[in-house]
This record gives sequence, C-alpha cells and structure tokens, in this order.
Amino acid sequence: MTRTRSLIAAALGLTAAVAFSAVAEAKTTLNALFMAQAGYSESDVRAMTDAYLKDHPDISIKLEFVPYEQLHDKITLAAGSGQGYDTVLYDVIWPAEFAENKVLTDVTDKIDPQTKSAVEDGAWTTVYYKGKAYGMPWSVDSKYLFYNKEMLQKAGIANPPKTWDELLADAKIIKQKGIVDYPIVWSWAQQEAVICDYAILLQAYGGKFLDENGKPAFIKGGGVDALKYMVQTLKEGVTNPHSTEDLEEDVRGVFSSGKAAFALNWTYMYGMANTNPKESQIVGKVGVVAPPGVDGKSPIGTVNGAMGLGIPTSSQNKDAAWDYIKFLASPEIEAKYAASSPPIWKSFYEEAAKQSRPDADLMAAEAASFNALSNRPQVPDYQQFSARLQQAIQQALLGKATPEDALNAAAADLTN
Amino acid sequence: MESRGRLLLLPLLIVLLAVIGWPLLDTFWLSFTDARLGGETGNFIGFDNYLHAFRAPAFRRALFVTVMFTVCTVAAEMLFGLGVGLLLDMNLRGSKFLRGLLIVPWALPTVVNAMCWRVIYNPDFGALDAFLQQIGVIKAYQSWLGDPTTALIAVGAADVWKTFSLVALITLAGLQAVPRELREAAEIDGAGPFARFRAVTLPVILPPLTIACVLRTIEAFKVFDIIWVMTHGGPLDSTKSLSILVYQEAFSFRHAGYGASLAMLSVAVTMMLIGAYSRAVRMQGAVR
Repeated sequence: MTRTRSLIAAALGLTAAVAFSAVAEAKTTLNALFMAQAGYSESDVRAMTDAYLKDHPDISIKLEFVPYEQLHDKITLAAGSGQGYDTVLYDVIWPAEFAENKVLTDVTDKIDPQTKSAVEDGAWTTVYYKGKAYGMPWSVDSKYLFYNKEMLQKAGIANPPKTWDELLADAKIIKQKGIVDYPIVWSWAQQEAVICDYAILLQAYGGKFLDENGKPAFIKGGGVDALKYMVQTLKEGVTNPHSTEDLEEDVRGVFSSGKAAFALNWTYMYGMANTNPKESQIVGKVGVVAPPGVDGKSPIGTVNGAMGLGIPTSSQNKDAAWDYIKFLASPEIEAKYAASSPPIWKSFYEEAAKQSRPDADLMAAEAASFNALSNRPQVPDYQQFSARLQQAIQQALLGKATPEDALNAAAADLTN
Repeated sequence: MESRGRLLLLPLLIVLLAVIGWPLLDTFWLSFTDARLGGETGNFIGFDNYLHAFRAPAFRRALFVTVMFTVCTVAAEMLFGLGVGLLLDMNLRGSKFLRGLLIVPWALPTVVNAMCWRVIYNPDFGALDAFLQQIGVIKAYQSWLGDPTTALIAVGAADVWKTFSLVALITLAGLQAVPRELREAAEIDGAGPFARFRAVTLPVILPPLTIACVLRTIEAFKVFDIIWVMTHGGPLDSTKSLSILVYQEAFSFRHAGYGASLAMLSVAVTMMLIGAYSRAVRMQGAVR
C-alpha cells in the first residue's frame, strides 16, 4: 500500500514537473544580436534589456555580441541558414542589400507619422530603402575631430582648425615644437573604418562616391583631392604612419595615451578619453568639434554612422521583437545612455541646447554634424564596393600607386 | 569476423557522409552555378566560375599568399620544433619543467594567441618594438601588421610560435624510441654529435616527423582564424589567404557559386596533400 502511494506521489510529482517546464517553455525567447564595440557598450545593452525584462516576465532574451567587423556576415549567415535572430543591430550601409535579399522584415506600417517627424533625418537613412522601412533607427552618429587642448595650447594654437589646411598647418607646428611625434592618428586599416575617414574628407572637398547613374564619381574632383590630402599628411610626417593598421579602438588608444594631438572618432571616445581615468591619461584635456571643411567647398565633413534595429524575416516572434526594439529606441532609454551613443530624437538636442552641460562642445559637434550628414552609397553590393575602394585607398597610402591611378583602377573594376 | 568489423564501421561512415560528404557534394554542385547567398538556387553556368577564378588576380594573389604562408611557417616549425625537441631530450637542468611549459602555446586557442600577438606587435605600445628599439635594431617603432612587406611574416611568426611545440613534442616522443645502447655504442665508436644524429637519431624520428610535416601543411594551407583576427587580410591584401578569399566572396559579397568554386579549388590542393599524408603513413609502416 505504502509502495502504491509513493508511486502515485512520484507520478504526480513528475506530472507537475513536466507541466511546470511546459509553462516555462511557453515563455517567448528572443535572440538578439548586438555589437561589442563603438556605440552602446555591452553593459549598456544588458542594463537596457534587464530594465525591459522587469516589466515583461513572459519574455526571455538571449543576447549575443560580436565585433562590428563580424556583424554583417553574422546576420547574412543566420538568414542563409534559416534560423537565428529575432532582433539584429545593423549599419546604415546595409539596408539596400538586406532589403533586396529579403533579410529584414518590412515594418513600414509600424512607424507612425509622429515618430517619423520626431527622429533625426540622418537616422532614418539606416532603415529606409526605396520608401520602405526595415527597422527602427537606434543611434545616429558621425565621426568628430577630437583634439588635445593642452597640446594645442603648448603649440600656441588658440582655436581648433576649421579647415583641413589649417589642421595640416597646426599639426606641422605641433610636430616642429616636438610636442608629439605624429600629431594626427586615423583608422586607415583595410576595413570599413578607412572608408568612414575618406567619406568625411570626400564631403569636405565637395566630392561624391557615385554619380546620379550610380557610376563611380570618386575619380574626379573631391574624391581625388580627399585621397591626396590623406597621402600628403603621411608624406609630411604629421600622420601617425601606423594608421594603416589602426581601427577606431587603436585610434582611441593612441589619442587617450597622449600620443596624438588630433584624432577622428565616433562619440563613444569622448566619455572614455575625457572622463575615465582608467581608460585615459588625458582626462579633462579633450576637446571636440565637427570635422573641418574646405574653403569654398564645404564648411564641414561628416559620415553618417547611424545604426538601426531590425527583425530578420525568419523570426517567429516578430511582434515581441518589435516591442523590445521600441523600448530600446525610446526617448527615455536613449537619453539615459546618451554618453555612449547620440540619441535619434530631435527633442534630446533641443533640450540639451537649453542646459549648460559639461559636454556642451560634444553636443555642439553633434548638432552641427547631424544637420549635414553625408551618406556612403546606398547600393545592394555595398560590401564589394567598399572592399575595392579600401584596397585603392591603401594602395595610395602605402605609396604603391598615385591617388589618381589607384582610384581609377578601382572605378574600372567596379564598373565592370 | 571481417564483415562484422565492416558493419561496426557503418555508423561512422553514415555520419561522415552526412556531415562531410553531402555538404561537399552540394558545394561541388554550387560551384557550377551563379547562385547568390540567400537568393535563388542559381543557374548552371558550367566552368565559368573556375575560368573566372584562374583569370582573377585576387585568386592568384591569395594562392600565392597561402603557399608562401604554408611553406615558410611549416619549414620554420619543423626546424624550430626539431631543435627544441632535441634540446629538451638532453636532460639539462629544468628540462622537465620546460617540457611541461611546451604545451602552453599549443593549448592556447588560436584567437587568443592572435590577440596576444596583435598586442605584442602594436606599433605604438608593443613589446616587440620596445625590445628592438632598446637593443638598437630599429630607430623608430614599426607597424609590422600595417606594412604589406612585413605583415605576412609577422602573422607567420605568431603562427610558428603557437605550432612549433607540436613538432617539438612529436620529436621528443620519437626520441624515446631511439635505443640507448645504440646511441652509447655510436659514442664509444667515436661518432661525433652530428654523425650520431644523422645515423642513429634521424632514421627513427623521421617517419613521425614526416607525418607531422604533412599534417601541419594541410592545416597551414587552410589558415583562416589567425589572419582574420590579426589583419583581416590586409594591408593591401598582403595576408589574404585562400580561405579568407572564399569567406569574403561567399558570405560578405554573397557570391555563393563563385565562393564554392574557390573552395573546391582549395579542396583539390588539400586532397593532394592528404595523398602525401597517406604515402607518409605507408612509408612509416614499411620502416617498421
């Protein structure tokens, strides 16, 4: 009898356990892909997600972080294998490719006119392709000119440069006075980073990547002048020659250790270099302005570095994913983490302009840049376009070809 | 008995066919199409992809980089590994401790090794530049991974550091099989160290070393991860190996068909190397 009872008890226990696990499995699990690099940090994203989960006990979220260089291929491969993510972070240069190849879900209907007008125009470039939206913008960014205030002061330079010629002249003074060996550091490794730096100069020199017919236009005017300028700074010994292997994090390392007077980088470097003594030896000495322009061409140079959050077409939890995305991109959350990545909401900058903030110069640099954001080409084969152009730029930088020859060869390959 | 043995092999064969055979066949078929990743299945285009590969400078360049990397790293690993193996066999002071230490580079994940070497080579703070400057070899810090003439050598050195220990361990293991009496007899007969090595030691350790050499060649030919982490194939494609080219074409550019044809060409070379491996194994059997 006792045996029968214990058997019944065991059976009941087992049923309860199975039922419980079934309930546990009924929870919706979202798989989300982010990057561990510039922009919102891994801990930022984890904190945002924890805040979301507090109010959504029926959801669980698996976060995955990869370096920027792997983000594109990870999204592509997951789509190719038919399984994978419910939410992905993606770059402003990929919507054309992802839309044409049906990687991301069309969410045009989910974006209301109010939201549309409240977000910075440059941020929308990330998600719109041929009039349809493939996600929600999450951050808008550009590269800025960071400078070491102490070094400029020592060199007797009162204001940061407004043109690239001025910057070259300032760098020469800094070098001559022996303040630092190589006053400028860039991210010129054979990766997307070099295209971003080139894009800034391209805009400043009044150039274009492609003409109206989608044919390479970087072979004339500003396109060539931009590359010539890059080569000139190397030849004159003011650019750190190691820039050809540097990415943004390397630039941050060099600038934050006081080994450069000028650097181009995204917003995230400001907080780390200017306020974090664990990461920087130049705390409190960092100045930032919008990148310079060229007299008679453009007052500014920028590069649209916005990123968006999208839902892969293979996702089984599209509604839950959209709810999570809306939370991550909400004005409150974005304002809270503004030090890591500039918010997409116009209201944030309107409010910031009214306050006196310790990062007022960053706010001014952002406001000036966002009004003039220049885009890299919105073409489905962007990855190939970029890879060929990276090669051409490095050819010129490493002295293997003249800027004209390198760019012409790339244009010929891309046209074929 | 023999048929039962074959039966026992069957599950392994089925698994191998499923995870290697089928994808290989699929890739083979894909290589004759113009398929794009995530798109339609593609049209049959005959040998166009292969003809395009042989005409493309990028393929020739990647093949050259891969062969250079393979020949140089394997040669260095063999020489260095053999030398270290022989030294550690001499029962010098601390050699037991060093034998234990030998496993460390080999046990380290390739990605970790690559990251470490990237820091060592760092052109602004790196230990290598600091060392070379202090002993007066260089005047200013160099960008080892940013200069197309030195990048492949720098990546190769990092790879050798990781893999020479395998050769050293195989040498050490092989040396245990050299009969002590034979060595002593040769010494009494007045044979010098070099003659002893050539006549007594080398014949015994040569077969395992040959196998190590072929296995390392196959591995080196497929190199991907260490280059991906250290240089991404740059600067100026000077470290872009075949595997990186295949990856870039198939997954970054979505040219699944063309990428597959490059992968098949890479497989063809690997098959030849595997043929060499089988011969080496047979040779070793014959020696025994």
